[in-house]
Amino acid sequence: MPTYKLTVNKKKYEVNVDADTPILWVLRDHLNLVGTKYGCGIAQCGACTIHLDGKATRSCVLPVSVVGNKAITTIEGLSEDGTHPLQEAWAIHDVPQCGYCQAGQIMSAAALLASNPHPTEEEIITAMQGNICRCATYNHIKEAILTASKK
Amino acid sequence: MNTTTYNRRSFFKVSAVAGGGILFGFNMLTAQKTEAGIAEVLADINRINGYIQIDSKGIVTIMSANPEVGQNVKTSMPMIVAEELDVAWRSVVVKQAPLDTKNFVRQVAGGSQSLRFSWKALRTAGATARQMLINAAAQKWGVSPSECTTNEGVISNSKGQSITYGEIAAEAVKMEVPKDVPLKNPKDFKIIGKNTTNVDIKAIATGKPLFGLDYKREGMLYAVALRPPAFGQTLVSFDDKETRKVNGVKDVIRFGDKIAVLATSTWAAIKGQKALKATWTGDTKAESTEEHDKKMLAFLDTPSSAPKRSDGDVKTAFANADKVLERTFHGPFMPHNSLEPMNFFAHVSVDKAELVGPTQRPEETRKQVATLLGMKEDQISVEMTRIGGGFGRRLMWDFALEAAEISKIAKKPIQLVFTREDDMTAGLYRPATKYKFRVAIKDKKVTAYHLTGTGINGQNFVRETFFPAGAFENLLMESHNVESKITVAPWRAPITNFLAFAEQAFFDEVAREMGADPVQFRLDLFEQARANAQKGMKFDYDVDKSIGVIKLAAEKANWGKAEKGVYQGFSTYYSHNTYVAEVAEVVMQNNQPVIKRIVCAIDCGLVVNPIAAINQSEGGVIDGIGHAMFGDFSFVDGKPQASNFNKFRLIRMNEVPKVEVHFVPSLNDPTGLGEPTLPPVGAAIANAIFAATGKRLYSFPFAKELGTQGS
Repeated sequence: MPTYKLTVNKKKYEVNVDADTPILWVLRDHLNLVGTKYGCGIAQCGACTIHLDGKATRSCVLPVSVVGNKAITTIEGLSEDGTHPLQEAWAIHDVPQCGYCQAGQIMSAAALLASNPHPTEEEIITAMQGNICRCATYNHIKEAILTASKK
Repeated sequence: MNTTTYNRRSFFKVSAVAGGGILFGFNMLTAQKTEAGIAEVLADINRINGYIQIDSKGIVTIMSANPEVGQNVKTSMPMIVAEELDVAWRSVVVKQAPLDTKNFVRQVAGGSQSLRFSWKALRTAGATARQMLINAAAQKWGVSPSECTTNEGVISNSKGQSITYGEIAAEAVKMEVPKDVPLKNPKDFKIIGKNTTNVDIKAIATGKPLFGLDYKREGMLYAVALRPPAFGQTLVSFDDKETRKVNGVKDVIRFGDKIAVLATSTWAAIKGQKALKATWTGDTKAESTEEHDKKMLAFLDTPSSAPKRSDGDVKTAFANADKVLERTFHGPFMPHNSLEPMNFFAHVSVDKAELVGPTQRPEETRKQVATLLGMKEDQISVEMTRIGGGFGRRLMWDFALEAAEISKIAKKPIQLVFTREDDMTAGLYRPATKYKFRVAIKDKKVTAYHLTGTGINGQNFVRETFFPAGAFENLLMESHNVESKITVAPWRAPITNFLAFAEQAFFDEVAREMGADPVQFRLDLFEQARANAQKGMKFDYDVDKSIGVIKLAAEKANWGKAEKGVYQGFSTYYSHNTYVAEVAEVVMQNNQPVIKRIVCAIDCGLVVNPIAAINQSEGGVIDGIGHAMFGDFSFVDGKPQASNFNKFRLIRMNEVPKVEVHFVPSLNDPTGLGEPTLPPVGAAIANAIFAATGKRLYSFPFAKELGTQGS
């Protein structure tokens, strides 16, 4: 199996995996970073959202072989100690129900705020359409993003 | 110390407390950065009773007994214990308890009954522990316990002495367990009724391992199974040559009509599953939606020899009617689609089995696995992880049985993982149902009501003790079952999730037919139920509470006085001991109805954790809208026609209306909230869409009937 050098949350890793292995499973099974979730495997639900050079990316359809030198950020590396404004806003609005999709939601929202620090409600809705919350916490997610955008 | 007494009270070994990998609370415990730090915190724990441990520094560990499926029990149930114990919430650490039938009652997440069933037990656990702490302090001081008071974990006496729970805890565990300890007056509650953040919030928002799929064990293999692609099929043979070539695949095993691929990574197991070549056989012709529909429609015109309920003389009332209104409603199968696909860890050895994973029903799971393995229940342990959504799917145990069987054959610890496609196609769905409603109208009054329900593999498709039973002197409810090879399971608010839509949409039509206001029409029916109850008619709901939520919803939504261009629809339903009324508001945009707002009034007794109760209620409403609007699932020759979210449409943020939740103020014991806001919402939106468009909706998904499903 080929060897791939990856930068995840500013740390360097080397993994021996097949070229077609999605980053999702590299993170979860090989690097023990299980915050990134498996939901559908076909980029439809957003539970696996990570940042690739800062851009929200579905890791379930991203083969390890195409990552190259790009920096990967996962929910575990979004902030040092869980104090990203979105992580704090998620607590203020008590967003989660089951919680399974929330890492992906936060990563999508973080990419939005990085490129557009003060989005309108419409812009939030557009940016978050790719993330499914089966418990339907959508309105709380929207409120939390608005709160974080005001910081 | 009396050792016997101590053992009776100490039910958790420290190893059980510290192990298992699901050790997530908040505050002081999560502040510990290292395993050693956590172990130090846990080392001097004093177990007061099944729910409560207090260490010498005053950290209170409260065990959460029930599975956490997103209904917030891991926060709200410990709040109830902490309330009666009289400690500050900030000094509480919450831990998930494993299955333990000796110390806990009903460790089930289902039927919206967790709080209702545990309310008294949780309060008593807290109050009893508090009394033991007081008794120990009183003994130390040589005063009567009645001279002592508590406040946020500190005991004081009338002489001005005080001691913390942490300082006296080691003495308290030696005290006799007091009986008949008084409980607080709900008016004095300090924690219950206050917004309290989810105890797992930090772990969730930072991606800590919490869920079933996050669980790992040294030497564990990942297992992905290939199951028959159509219901009614069995496995003839298979070729695993290509599978065994996949890097990481360690073994391929047959179990029953299924094949499991075991590998060192999930991806290798998935690739191995895809590379399998299997031959299947079996007659699946009867298992198409078209065939199911024919059978169900035939039953709707077939009188039942054993009606579920028969009041008065329906036959005569229909014979004498001025007019009969008859409508038929169609509900499709529905997968649960928990976002965390089914999975379970199992490690089966000769004399014991360990199970870890997301289950709504650990006790039944253990029983079923014990039967499968031929073991005694006490040879099997079940640890519950946080659950990434259940909706009833995880009330079943098929995935745990599969995991146990695979582990037994492979003689290895394994984690069984369903791919999304496996999850959606392997079975256990909300059954497809159909309903025919008839009312007899004479002299502008409804004189008889006749409901016939039918569906796939169900015991009873009607609810003969719920409204409108009691509201009509002449009433007939019948149910017919259609047998099928397609497997079914409870789905959030079983049966009522579709029945309520059909009934409340039908009543809207009846009200309009009679020229009555839909809200007033319901109020009149409940008054009729009150009058009939006085004549001895029996039903399960409370008339005053039913009327209470109807009036509250109508008032908060400004019923009948919506601004121009806003169309309202009304619906109400009682289920899981909770009363709900909802008003939906729809506007027309680009010639299509768009749902803008839902006003929801709820009587669920006392609200334990308002912020979570609102979240849960909103979730039920939006879940109900999503499946009414978009939920579509059918079969051709036993094969499901959707297998992932590209074909099965779930509601997304851009389709979600504003939801306003209003609780009836109440000091009554709490009732369920996980399900009851869902059943009425389908009719609320259907009735509003009728008001806006003049089009009646009789089938899920509405988007298909409106021609917008593909958009």
